[in-house]
Amino acid sequence: MYRYDHFDRRIVAERVAQFRGQTQRFLAGTLSEDDFRPLRLQNGLYIQKYAPMLRIAIPYGMLSTTQLRALAHISRKYDRAYGHFTTRQNLQLNWPKLEDVPDILDELSRVEMHAIQTSGNCVRNITSDHFAGVAGDEVVDPRPYCELVRQWSTFHPEFAYLPRKFKIAITAATTDRAAILVHDIGLQIVKDDTGAIGFRVIVGGGLGRTPIIGHVIREFLPREEILNYLDAILRVYNRYGRRDNKFKARIKILVKERTPVVFARDVEAEWEHVKGGPATVPDAEIDRIAAHFPAPAYQSFAGDDAGYKSELADNRAFANWAKRNVHPHKVPGYAVVTLSLKKTGVPPGDVTSDQMDAIADLADHYTFGELRVSHEQNLIFADVRQCDLFALWTELRAQGVATPNIGLLTNIVCCPGGDFCSLANAKSIPIAEAIQQRFDDLDYLHDIGELDLNISGCMNACGHHHVGHIGILGVDKNGSEWYQVSIGGTQGGSAALGKVIGPSFAAREMPDVIARLIDTYLSHRHEDERFVDTVHRLGIDPFKERVYASTH
Amino acid sequence: MPQLIKNAAVSDDAWTVVRDAAAVDALPAGPVIVPFGLWRTERAALLARGSVGVWLAPSDDPAAIADDAAQLPVIAVDFPQFTDGRGYSTGRLLRERFGYSGELRAIGDVHRDQLYYLSQCGFDAFALANGHPLDAALASLSDFADGYQLTNRRTPWFRRRGPNHAVVE
Repeated sequence: MYRYDHFDRRIVAERVAQFRGQTQRFLAGTLSEDDFRPLRLQNGLYIQKYAPMLRIAIPYGMLSTTQLRALAHISRKYDRAYGHFTTRQNLQLNWPKLEDVPDILDELSRVEMHAIQTSGNCVRNITSDHFAGVAGDEVVDPRPYCELVRQWSTFHPEFAYLPRKFKIAITAATTDRAAILVHDIGLQIVKDDTGAIGFRVIVGGGLGRTPIIGHVIREFLPREEILNYLDAILRVYNRYGRRDNKFKARIKILVKERTPVVFARDVEAEWEHVKGGPATVPDAEIDRIAAHFPAPAYQSFAGDDAGYKSELADNRAFANWAKRNVHPHKVPGYAVVTLSLKKTGVPPGDVTSDQMDAIADLADHYTFGELRVSHEQNLIFADVRQCDLFALWTELRAQGVATPNIGLLTNIVCCPGGDFCSLANAKSIPIAEAIQQRFDDLDYLHDIGELDLNISGCMNACGHHHVGHIGILGVDKNGSEWYQVSIGGTQGGSAALGKVIGPSFAAREMPDVIARLIDTYLSHRHEDERFVDTVHRLGIDPFKERVYASTH
Repeated sequence: MPQLIKNAAVSDDAWTVVRDAAAVDALPAGPVIVPFGLWRTERAALLARGSVGVWLAPSDDPAAIADDAAQLPVIAVDFPQFTDGRGYSTGRLLRERFGYSGELRAIGDVHRDQLYYLSQCGFDAFALANGHPLDAALASLSDFADGYQLTNRRTPWFRRRGPNHAVVE
């Protein structure tokens, strides 16, 4: 993975010093709360319901075991010995002290980490495919391009005070695991007829209050032009994005109001001025960054491991886990493993400091000392020998991160919700837990099959409820917590927004509501049809009738 | 006399920023920085008066003043709130696209914590919001020694990186 050189290291150290000074001025009363807020947000620091929350950047989800151990140490020393992985591949600490944050950032900087631009109205952490580099369906490893864009976005002087936050996702695969259609900018790395690498540029997608699928504004942008083109998009947005209403300030509203065609024309006109200029990326720079992402020292295997195959045949629990949590690898004899952070009774995405240390040890032993965070709030070991899978499974079980539920209903994507977040209308973690408890029977869960369930505690949609096959949104009705249910959303290349089935429900009704949706599906499904496919085939009416017939 | 930061030093500010100006006759004596609206309607009279600069609101298009820029010793860009970042683009466009080489001044809700980014966008003068000590603010101009991007002050780091810098320490 990318390693800092002296330049990267200095810039992060300078940031720590700058923020230390700002924090001291705030604590001394010479920097007002209003003036400090945008500064602390650009260092990932929120003031939450009960305590500050610090969001630590994990650029495009890549994490070394050294870094994971540092996170274990930091969460133990400065917080309550756990952390929460988010849908943007970051890690949140829920209980740090404001005055400790400069020290936390200092400790992070020593392992080449930071909290730069993880909040605020600026370009946020770049997200990507959690199978980058090991997926069979990618044109090229997207991570060097993610790093290039990360560096461009870090302390970009012109774009630190945008109308609103700005999220960029990059994938190089044909199957979109980075949700590029619902980002401010989605970049799909593609090759043209001559084999040249470039980007398909999608702008103006997003969830939140106004969910919109992004628009392609350019089918092929030569890779060397990427920073010029990003400058052009951001400049158009910075100058003309709405600043009068924060709910209409995202780029998706600008794109919608101007129409995608006119917006694209504005961007292209701006690009004409800067095209071929000094920010054009030389091949040597892409090569330099790419050299940080070499293929690991894979052993040579002829094909699938025979021992693994017989263990699959002999052990049903192992086979269940392998079916859900083990994914194909492009190299024969290797596999990709997802560590489920969705065990029933544990808030989705939460990991204790002790688990972090243990997982770091396992990643050193069973893979090449690196791991990834997925936007579904799980961890990934990208390079595991098939012959080690059984031993790894045993160890992961001992750590409580081997729940065989990836892609299933209990792999719930969930924001921190009203338990922590001051924006939330309603709690989300207890809803997730109640649903997980209701569907704790593994055979039943596997029979239901693939199902994405997403929960957001408010319409900011951190839990991406719009693109869940079942989406749950916390709403406030006269000061009490209610839940609106939508079905039929999908993520990925065929991203679609779910449809709301009707009036919202009380928290205690939610497991029954989900059960009735599932019953409807089971009684209507065609063979091999996923829940979401049945919804798309039948529409929402049969589901709606069943749910409301029995509750009202 | 009021002071400002100019060319990375604290200096006296001879210019008066006129926020509302209906007519050239009503302007105070001495060097003045007038709203872009007045410049558009009273350009000839203002040039005849002399000692005049123009300030742009965030929504003013810098292209509209490009042809006049060479005649203006000062162009100021207003930041009604420091979180309104439009002026950063205005600065870069004036410098890089329209070739403005006179004083480019940030006015309004300008704080020390924005000086570094502003300077990278071509600003060389900063009239800080009331009550902000200038001497302390000077240090913030060098919060960062360098940066990755193409800005008004530098080419991208990857164009300046020598072969020695490619090595991981």
